[in-house]
Parts: sequence; C-alpha cells; structure tokens
Amino acid sequence: MLETLSKVFTDNPLIVSFAVVGAAMYISYVISYRFTKGRIHGSAIAIIIGLILAYFGGITTGGEKGLSDVSIFAGIGLMGGGMLRDFAIVATAFGASFDEIKKAGVRGVVSLFIGVILSFVVGVGIALAFGYTDAVSLTTIGAGTATYIVGPVTGAAIGATSEVITISIAAGLVKSILTMVGTPFVAKYIGLNNPRTAMVYGGLMGTTSGVAGGLAATDPKLVPYGAVTATFYTGLGCLMGPSVLFLMTKAAFG
Amino acid sequence: MVIFGVALLAICMLSGVFLGELLGLSLGIEANVGGVGIAMLLLVLIVDHLKKRGKLSQAAQDGLGFWSAMYIPIVIAMSASQNVAGALDGGPLAIVAGVAAVAISWIVVPILSASKRKEVFDGALDENHLTGGEEANVRNIK
Repeated sequence: MLETLSKVFTDNPLIVSFAVVGAAMYISYVISYRFTKGRIHGSAIAIIIGLILAYFGGITTGGEKGLSDVSIFAGIGLMGGGMLRDFAIVATAFGASFDEIKKAGVRGVVSLFIGVILSFVVGVGIALAFGYTDAVSLTTIGAGTATYIVGPVTGAAIGATSEVITISIAAGLVKSILTMVGTPFVAKYIGLNNPRTAMVYGGLMGTTSGVAGGLAATDPKLVPYGAVTATFYTGLGCLMGPSVLFLMTKAAFG
Repeated sequence: MVIFGVALLAICMLSGVFLGELLGLSLGIEANVGGVGIAMLLLVLIVDHLKKRGKLSQAAQDGLGFWSAMYIPIVIAMSASQNVAGALDGGPLAIVAGVAAVAISWIVVPILSASKRKEVFDGALDENHLTGGEEANVRNIK
C-alpha cells in the first residue's frame, strides 16, 4: 500500500510538486490571514516554510538540493529548478511596461556596478576580519558574497583552495536566502514600492533567486523590474571577479 | 491559441539565453551574461508590438499569463530546493559576510533610487533639460 503510493509519487515527480506547493501555499495564506491579518504576505510565509523544509531535506539526505533530495519530492527540484524558474521569470515580463524599464535603465545599470563592487568589498572586509590575508582567498570570498556562482567561478579562475571556495558559495547562499526572506520586511523602509526602485534593487542585490523570491513576497508587480537587472549581475560579477577585482585586491593586499 | 503565447515565451527565452551565452563567450567568461534579462526585454518589445496591432489573441495572452502566474509557486518550489543546510555549514565567516552584504545593500537602495542621476537621464531624453536639476518628483507628476 505505502509502497504503491510511494511508486506513484516517484513516477510523477512534477505532478507531486504541483500538489505539494499548492498545499503549502494554501496553508501559508491561511496563516497569513488568520494570524497576521494579512500583514505578512502569504508568499513570504510560503518561502520561509520552503526554506525550513529545504533545511530538513538537506540535513536528512546530506544533499545539496534541499527537500528535492528526498526521492518522493524530487519534482520540487524540477519545478523550482533553473529551467522553469527562468521560464516563469521571463513570463513576468508580460506584465511589465517597457517605458518604466527605459526610464530606470541607466539607474539600473549603475546599480549593477555599485552592487557587485559593494558586495565584493564587504566580503573582502569580513574575510580580512576573520584572518584571511592572501589576495586569492580574499577575492574568492568577496566574489562569493556577490553571488554563489561568482564565487566558485572566480575562485577556480585564480586558483583558490576548495575550502575557500566552499565558504564563498555559502556566503552567496546566505545572501540569497536572506534576500528572499527579508525583502518583504524591509520593503517599506527602503521605498521598495515602484518599478524604478525595484530595478535598482535587482541591480544592487543581484541574486536572481533572492530578488525574485523577495519581490514576489513583497509585490508581484515589481518582480519583472527587479529580475530584469538582477539577471545581469552574475554575468557582470563573473566578468569583474577574476579580472579587475582580483587585480585591485592584489594591489591592495599583495 | 494558448500555445502561441507559450511558444512566443519559449522562443524569447531561448533567443535571450543564446544571446547571453554568446555575450559570455565574447567576453571570455564562463557565464551567461543577462540571458534571462535579454529574453525579458525581447518579450516586452514583441508583446508591445503585437498588442498595438491587435495581433495577440486573448488565448495567446492567457498562455503567457498562465506562466506569469505560475511564477510565485515556482519560486516557492525553488526556496524548498535551496541548499540551506550548506549555507549554515559555511560557518560564521560565510554567514557574517552574507548578512553584512545584504544589510549594507539595503541601506544603499534608497540612496541610489532617489539620487540625482534620474534628472541627468531624463534630461538626456530631452536636451533642453540637460542641466536642469529639478525635483525628483517631476516625472511622477507627469
């Protein structure tokens, strides 16, 4: 009986994920309405529940893909994986206004450069405080603080140790998760309620999953504007990390 | 037909990601440079163009709308497949660096989004106002 059920689940992974995510969202919206009177957005609660499940999935299986490493929930990884995520992010542009994107375009580009450099400098500073002094490790950890893709790309290019690369990935993951969870709570303090600020936000934070999740829980209408800039961030980071930023760090710390 | 909208979306995404890969290659880096962003811009332009000419049927728009609406559930599935345990395993350095980067970026958001660059940009569109440092609210009044 249980075996048959488990077989049905593992044979239809994507369908299971639709049911599981739908149920989790229903519960989240009930919690949002009943216990917070709608002050905390249902999708913010759903994202937090998702992250908690991902944590338990990770510690029970030792894998890297959260809940989706549990075999009956493998479809969660398919549904939340890169392919469908990017497809749905592009689809959000259907509701975006080109005029708004054009208006905030220059500002979005500026925020991209400032965002990469800012996160990098913060990462280098913290790594220094923790006792790293060589330019390769400092650059790799700084790059990982930009996003968890820039870190390993940079680290591999300049020959960082695997321990340092792991730290850089973890720093990027922390940034991404905190952006997902925190955005709806800080939104009103930083004026994040219009397309222009959303584009600046995407450029500054840069983690596509973090920005996409965070804005979805803040105001879904802002998602396309934040995503359109955020998706350039990792590319820019991979471009600057092993080159300009590494040379600057080397010049400063030898 | 619904599939026309979905196909349009798919073609935009593939073209954008392809251009992003080419851009990455031409810059000599192992990453896609803004592929999804390029795809979004393509979609916005094409939808705008088709809608103005009345060439985008309601069914096709529904196809696009469905995937746009599936976005939040997909993000939640994404959150459930994050390497949360890995992030915490990275130790205090990783956690402090990640938290500090987010906190400082949050502080910079209002500074950047309300800076005077806006006027320079608006001015660039309208030559007459290139040096006019009007209030940031001008655009909102319009």
